[in-house]
Amino acid sequence: MSAPVLARRLDLVVVGAGPAGLAAADAAAGVGRQVLVLDQAPRPGGQIWRHRPGDVLPVEARTLLDRVRPPRVAVACGASVVDAPGPGQLIVDFGGRLAAVETGAVVLATGATERLLPFPGWTLPGVVGVGGMQALLKAGLPVAGSRIVIAGSGPLPWPVAAALHHEGAVVEEILEQADALAVARFALSLIGRPATLARALRYRAATLGIPYRTGGWVVRAEGTDRVTHAVLRVGGRERRIACDWLATAAGLVPRTELAQLLGCTVHEERIVVDQRQATTVRGVWAAGECTGVAGDRAARVEGTIAGLAAMGVERIPGALFRRRDRERRFGELLAQRFAPRRELRERVTAETILCRCEDVRAGAIDPAWSARQAKLWTRVGMGACQGAVCGLACRTLYGWDTAVPRPPLGQPPLGSWARALGEATPPSATPPSPAPPIP
Amino acid sequence: MIDVTILVNGVPRRVPADLSLAAALWRLGIHRFRTDRDGAPRAPVCGMGTCFECRVEVDGRTGVRSCLLPVREGLRVELPA
Ligand SMILES: Cc1cc2nc3c(=O)[nH]c(=O)nc-3n(C[C@H](O)[C@H](O)[C@H](O)COP(=O)(O)OP(=O)(O)OC[C@H]3O[C@@H](n4cnc5c(N)ncnc54)[C@H](O)[C@@H]3O)c2cc1C
Ligand code: FES
Repeated sequence: MSAPVLARRLDLVVVGAGPAGLAAADAAAGVGRQVLVLDQAPRPGGQIWRHRPGDVLPVEARTLLDRVRPPRVAVACGASVVDAPGPGQLIVDFGGRLAAVETGAVVLATGATERLLPFPGWTLPGVVGVGGMQALLKAGLPVAGSRIVIAGSGPLPWPVAAALHHEGAVVEEILEQADALAVARFALSLIGRPATLARALRYRAATLGIPYRTGGWVVRAEGTDRVTHAVLRVGGRERRIACDWLATAAGLVPRTELAQLLGCTVHEERIVVDQRQATTVRGVWAAGECTGVAGDRAARVEGTIAGLAAMGVERIPGALFRRRDRERRFGELLAQRFAPRRELRERVTAETILCRCEDVRAGAIDPAWSARQAKLWTRVGMGACQGAVCGLACRTLYGWDTAVPRPPLGQPPLGSWARALGEATPPSATPPSPAPPIP
Repeated sequence: MIDVTILVNGVPRRVPADLSLAAALWRLGIHRFRTDRDGAPRAPVCGMGTCFECRVEVDGRTGVRSCLLPVREGLRVELPA
């Protein structure tokens, strides 16, 4: 495999510029190493610190973003990693130009994505993820005056509702699919986590007046050109409500497709890592929500450990491990309390589109198949998203295992992909443009 | 806020700079980013580059995720009719 190779000799490439990736890069730069951070988003910050120029970020974000920038650390945004032919080599799509990046070590900090489960009407414009709603809002979507229904799970609906409300949207209600008991037990456990509790109370205060209902979910979305109504089921009763947006998902799931391409073991949807955040593949470490969803604090401390471990630092302070383990336990609690309920899997009808890219309907699928058989016979998971949405859905619906994606991930320009694969002597490539300055 | 001009199917439209193309198109009242095999409209879902429902043709390149692309002066986007 050859592609234009970036000249710079790198000690570490970090994939993902969220809290985990930034912390990893900061730690490695702190011991004097050459680090490049890649992120497909237009700016660093990941999901929680997604921003546009001029947005005010929390102080911990500003501090970290300020340390992880040129000349201390090279940062390339708008850069998707589309393949990993070997542990030390990544193929990167820099906005339409492919280049190979060679490095001594890789830290995967690819974060999480939402568990988007199919239900009748879910392909209508205006039906989005809960974090998806947040991401679109932060990207400049106007929402003032829009009626929005949030039907999600776990802590994410809260900051999203608060942000939408702040921007003048009418958040009609927040539905939590988990039962009241699970939510109450989760709330009780926050007593041992004063910082998280304070955050939760802040969000609640910012969303007072918005009804919050546990044990509720979306049955279907209605509309022709875009969503106009959501049919909800709460407390055994169905209700139809008018809305401009329906933001719905069944919580978060680690994003592991790149890890799978690299051959890292993925178990129960998470990249498997050891005490020092090393994956099962030599030269590859992983940190943050791609190793299990546990929030931004876990992501930061794991990133620090991974950055140090990847640079061969032997003596990592024990306090970091203890903090990591504490945050991880919180992650386990989240997973238990907010596990997707059975009814969410029973919403699909034969007519419901399962694979959004290839327009495969649930009726065309036999749940007894494997993911591979389904791919062969129906093209489920063969489209642009490579099963990022439907593969996850089928796993949740039918218990299929995760099919390993085929490189390249996404849709890099095909001509240049073929060239990158076929070129014998790599021409000198222009290095990626540096990230825009951080406000 | 500064505006930029983008070309939507050849028609110049002013949108605020710093928006993602996905947010800019929705703001212009466009809810059909692509069309599925039954002719139904599709639009952004995840906002973060995983679902590919927001893909459009930009400056002659197809399959570009509009949620990951900031608008810029003179950007040409082709959408289904
Ligand atoms: C859509 C969404 C919205 C969220 N909003 C909030 C919120 O408002 N508040 C909150 O407390 N928590 C939020 N969360 C939870 C949040 O994910 C974590 O708290 C925290 O951001 C996790 O940090 P991380 O570094 O592990 O991953 P992330 O912050 O998710 O960072 C991962 C980064 O990797 C990049 N990436 C992934 N794959 C590739 C690739 N192949 N090539 C290049 N780059 C890649 C992504 O673009 C992303 O920037 C959100 C989660 C999601 C999925
Ligand atoms: S909205 Fe999902 S990839 Fe752009």
